[in-house]
Amino acid sequence: MKIIILGAGQVGRTAAYHLSREEANDVTVIDMNEEILRDLQDRLDIRTVNGNAASPKILEAAGIAGTDILVALTSSDEVNMLACHIAWTLYRTPKKIARVRSADYTERERIFGENAVAVDVWISPEQLVTEYIARLIRYPGALQVLDFADGRVRLVGIRALQGGPLVGQALSTLREHIPSADARVAAIYRAGKSVKPEGTTVVEDGDEVFFLAARKDIRVVMKELRKAEAPARRVVIAGGGNIGFRLAIELEDRNQVKLIERDAKRARRVSEQLKSTTVLHGDAADEELLLEENIDSADVFAALTNSEEANILSAMLAKRLGAHKVMALINKPSYAELIESGSIDVAISPQTVTIGSLLAHVRRGDVVRVHSLRRGAAEALEVVVHGEADSSKVIGRRIEDIVLPEGTTLGAVVRGEDVIIAHHDTTVQPDDHLILFLTDRRHIEAVEKLFQGSASFL
Amino acid sequence: MKDILLPVAHVFALVMMVFAATMLAPLIMAVWGLDAALWSFVTSALATFLIGALLWLATRHYRRELKTRDGLMLVALTWVALPAVAGFPLWHYLPISYTNAYFEAASGLTTSGATTLTGIEFLPRSINLWRHLLSWLGGMGIIVLAVAILPMLGVGGMQIYRAEMPGPMKDSKLTPRIGQTAKLLWAVYAGLTAACIACLRLAGMNWFDAVCHGFSAVSLGGFSTYDASIGHFNSLPIEMVLTLFEILAALNFATHYLAWTQRGVKAYFRDAEAKAVLGVLSASCVGLAIFLFLKGSYADFPTALRHAVFNVVSVATDSGLHTQDYSRWPIFAPMWMLFLGCIVASSGSTGGGIKMIRTLVLAKQAHRELNQLVHPNMVRPLKVGGTIIANRVVFAVLAFVFLYFMSVAGLVFVQLASGLDFLTALSAIVACINNAGPGLGLVGPGSTYAVLTDFQIWVCSAAMLLGRLEVFTILVLFTPTLWRK
Repeated sequence: MKIIILGAGQVGRTAAYHLSREEANDVTVIDMNEEILRDLQDRLDIRTVNGNAASPKILEAAGIAGTDILVALTSSDEVNMLACHIAWTLYRTPKKIARVRSADYTERERIFGENAVAVDVWISPEQLVTEYIARLIRYPGALQVLDFADGRVRLVGIRALQGGPLVGQALSTLREHIPSADARVAAIYRAGKSVKPEGTTVVEDGDEVFFLAARKDIRVVMKELRKAEAPARRVVIAGGGNIGFRLAIELEDRNQVKLIERDAKRARRVSEQLKSTTVLHGDAADEELLLEENIDSADVFAALTNSEEANILSAMLAKRLGAHKVMALINKPSYAELIESGSIDVAISPQTVTIGSLLAHVRRGDVVRVHSLRRGAAEALEVVVHGEADSSKVIGRRIEDIVLPEGTTLGAVVRGEDVIIAHHDTTVQPDDHLILFLTDRRHIEAVEKLFQGSASFL
Repeated sequence: MKDILLPVAHVFALVMMVFAATMLAPLIMAVWGLDAALWSFVTSALATFLIGALLWLATRHYRRELKTRDGLMLVALTWVALPAVAGFPLWHYLPISYTNAYFEAASGLTTSGATTLTGIEFLPRSINLWRHLLSWLGGMGIIVLAVAILPMLGVGGMQIYRAEMPGPMKDSKLTPRIGQTAKLLWAVYAGLTAACIACLRLAGMNWFDAVCHGFSAVSLGGFSTYDASIGHFNSLPIEMVLTLFEILAALNFATHYLAWTQRGVKAYFRDAEAKAVLGVLSASCVGLAIFLFLKGSYADFPTALRHAVFNVVSVATDSGLHTQDYSRWPIFAPMWMLFLGCIVASSGSTGGGIKMIRTLVLAKQAHRELNQLVHPNMVRPLKVGGTIIANRVVFAVLAFVFLYFMSVAGLVFVQLASGLDFLTALSAIVACINNAGPGLGLVGPGSTYAVLTDFQIWVCSAAMLLGRLEVFTILVLFTPTLWRK
């Protein structure tokens, strides 16, 4: 697929990286900063064009005429929207994705459309990251909580710990433990390596387990893997930027939220718009301030400032001062790997959270949702199967009869409103949504092929 | 050093195995023509493949993605080492020393066209085909070919491509994927070659000569299947066809591609470099024709024009095919031609030398400096054909030209010290570093490089490799930082 990415910021660069490493994609990146582009071109097999992303001349130089997908990720909502509109008006680019941050625009959906501003999909990385953190706080103990089928099914990543009833037992005993709920373990990572989850696989202390379950069953299953933790009540957020502020809004109804912001003006503006959150003006790495605000009784400390180094340090400090669980927003994948084994409980990588929503659009076949996992090595996707039993390699078959590529597990089937956890005798029907987990992203083409065959009539 | 060299050797081994496959062409020719060189090609192909396979197996634990410095090293290693195996069948079959065989192969791969052989028309056809095939493979670049057909070179591909493609500005790609760009360039190259072969056949050559000279002309190689080169045919149509294709091959292949996709010649008029190439060539042809006529080298003006056009274009584009022994012309003419050989070919073409774009950049820079003297406060970006050239590029060009001339001077001094006369030493080095082929004096078009000593021939081989890889890629091997961890 021919893809043009506008803006070589953090999200743009990650998108270029993830998209260009798939053989089938031809990626061109447009940005104003020549230095960044040169560096990017040295590392990735892409083309770069230097110039204003919304200028038709620059878009033409980047080959907009034959492009399948335009992804506008510059820091300006207006440039993104205009670029998409120009691409549609002049070149009828089939798919246009824009980063639109301001709720001012996204709240009024009539702005977007073929006869209005021609943006097909808008994403707001800040919003995605906020929702992601909110879910993590809602399920204490989880490393990752990802939505499928509008949140009816969730994929949860969790570190198994001594004390969970299933730890030390074979996976097949899960049904005996919790007869009322149903779940499917999609992947297990032991010391960074994937272990194939079969009935006889024994869960060990320290394993990173990914399971799929209906939303109502998640807490029950989590309790099987580690001792239940009390839901988080007291949350301290460091950084009142876009993400911190949104998270406070999201959480303040149900939790006791404190927000620390170092800029006095910003702290004032944030406090004006929040209801019950306590906004504090100060430095999140200031030991006295943290102690004064009872950091030792905080259930969650989330460091969400723009500076990842500051996030790491303040999160480590909060942990030492007694915060129960600390999270840090980290952009560099190498940092994330470094610290998750240390004193910080969860490293949140905004790019990995955002990239999934882009990948869903480049996947062939009817792919509704993609989540990138383990820094892009693994992927979870929700695919809709179309077609008839005789034309498809999937429909009308029992799950045990479907030949899945290596490292792929079929975890759940969503049929209309029902969530069916996949068992060997589940039969796939047309228009089912299947939730798949790939431990090795490199097999993605085989998976696409498997499901595209059934969508061939489209 | 082991950690730096072995991963590169692993990829190089693959290149070698692919290269062994190209020996099948002369091998088939030998089977078909039942000629005596068959055995030489069988052993060479097998040996090359085996060495490649063994090297590949031995270094398989060092497999990793190539970094920038690996790319440079791969290109340098490939170009230095491939002539050693490519010369093998020549050495095996012909009664020549290994020095001469390496020289011949390097001359082919670097598209120089200098030779030590005489009695070329009596060589087996398979040997001749191999010499011309080497030129053709080297023309667009072996590594660029490897990038096109070996997808595993992937990301490192861009660095490799940059190390091998001639010209100062190599950041713009035709397509987002480097492999795709390499394929397109090779497609344009192959297309031009096919057209040239067909035209030569129509102009009266037999198929074998047409194929060989087609390879020679489009790669700007300069090998011929006759001692007398194109003079053997004494045919105006053949000369016209070859002149046309030499000029086309001296233009940027990316411009050819654009012209092809736009189905028009507009792309050439927008390419400032192409315009300069055509301008300098036509002025020189007409000027030298008049000069030769006035000096009485030829009795009538049309004959003078005919010989001036063919030989000037050939030497200026660094091809090296010839119809006349131009070393006998008044010395101004051949020296001017050698000078043109330094500057005329375009970046992204198959020609050698400094390249026209660098000449233009330097000319504009000189102009800017002069203006700056008159208006000390003047701010003026350097533009070539409407595009602004970044100062970074200007500096790179200056460094290149400095290294280029220092290389020429240094190698000429080496040749002089080894006992060669001045004209021969200078012209041999200039002709070799520009990949033009014949020089003047002892190594003029009427003679061969066989008169030189072994040592002098090795120096010429080194000059050809330096020129083909535009000095930097070879010289970087001698910078200590490359070898440090």
